[in-house]
Amino acid sequence: MIQIKDLDFAYKKGKPIFDKLNLSLNPGHIYGLLGKNGSGKSTLLKSIAGLVFPLSGKCLINGIDVAKRTVATLEDLFFIAEDIYVPTLTSGQFLKSTAGFYPKFSITDFYAYLKTLDVDPEQQMSSMSYGQQKKAMIAFGLATNASVLIMDEPTNGLDIPSKVQFRKLIASVLNEERYIIISTHQVRDLESLIDTILILDDHKIAVENTVDELMEKLLFGLFEDTRGMKVLYEEETMRGKHAILQNTTGKYSKMDLELLFNAVTTGSNLLTEMLEKGGNRE
Amino acid sequence: MEFKDNEAIYLQIAAFVCDNILTGKWTAGQKILSVRDLAVELEVNPNTVMRSYEFLQAQEIVYNKRGLGLFVADDGFEKVKAYRKQSFVEQNLPDFFKNIYLLDISIDDIRRQYEDFQAKQAAKLNNEEHEDKH
Repeated sequence: MIQIKDLDFAYKKGKPIFDKLNLSLNPGHIYGLLGKNGSGKSTLLKSIAGLVFPLSGKCLINGIDVAKRTVATLEDLFFIAEDIYVPTLTSGQFLKSTAGFYPKFSITDFYAYLKTLDVDPEQQMSSMSYGQQKKAMIAFGLATNASVLIMDEPTNGLDIPSKVQFRKLIASVLNEERYIIISTHQVRDLESLIDTILILDDHKIAVENTVDELMEKLLFGLFEDTRGMKVLYEEETMRGKHAILQNTTGKYSKMDLELLFNAVTTGSNLLTEMLEKGGNRE
Repeated sequence: MEFKDNEAIYLQIAAFVCDNILTGKWTAGQKILSVRDLAVELEVNPNTVMRSYEFLQAQEIVYNKRGLGLFVADDGFEKVKAYRKQSFVEQNLPDFFKNIYLLDISIDDIRRQYEDFQAKQAAKLNNEEHEDKH
């Protein structure tokens, strides 16, 4: 289990990024972390990866404080940053120099993933395009077979076929022991993969719900008129009102992540209160 | 696979499996795709496919052989057919009736067209069997 307890963080005094942030993650899930620019998504991911240290509070992976950067934690965790750094090596050379830090690394998987993502293992990584570099690091990260896989905007820079292959790879590597945590603005790229939505807003986790829970509680739709309905949030458009309603009938609607995101980040109290009710999980 | 907006994805995946049973792609006693393989194929979360498979198991359309995977039940085809028939009668038929009523289409006319359709289907099937023998 990953537990974040009362995390306080700031890069500058008086400008807090997190204020007593709490979050717990369970293995076997794909978490989608959403948040506005500058809300601290990357900082939260780095906190989980032990790359930045909190002012107070803790982030624990299986009970061990990540900030201690123990070998046991780091060898079972891989972080793919949004702006990746690649050395002047080919993917094959990078494998030789770096794979040794990850006891569960699979060389066979690595070459298979590179092939799937259409990356040449003989090419110097530093001479690759941004998208190719990113794919090389994704292949490496997945091949570590680390239990904790953290990816910051992984689909940025990926072309259309690579996005398809990326989704297939993520679907294939999830297992009961693995945590996959992905931050993204491109919600449509990953909609069918994410099973738990995390929305970071106002220095805290504002939404921490499985997609199933959200669908049970909420109803999304386009309505001509919403008078008399249990509206939690609505947006006026030319075609009518895009609304989130309280789901009282158990009917299924397709989740509109963008609308949900707007509702949460514009401070729809009705909505967040509703999600908190009975929102305690496992 | 394109998912529709008005039905839970796990049910749509279950329906996809049922389609494969109904068209004879997966026959009684045959092993169906593993959770992982179907999740990769459809680019969805394996937990979603797991839920679809649990649903199909509860309907006794597929069954679990411990350690071997999921298999189509001996009467899987009949179960799917009965299930589909019921949902057609309950959901599609009322719409169909409403339309032929509104558009004033006679049942005799529908019958003629349906007999035509039946004949074409039978001819198609015959042709395919013929090709299989060659």
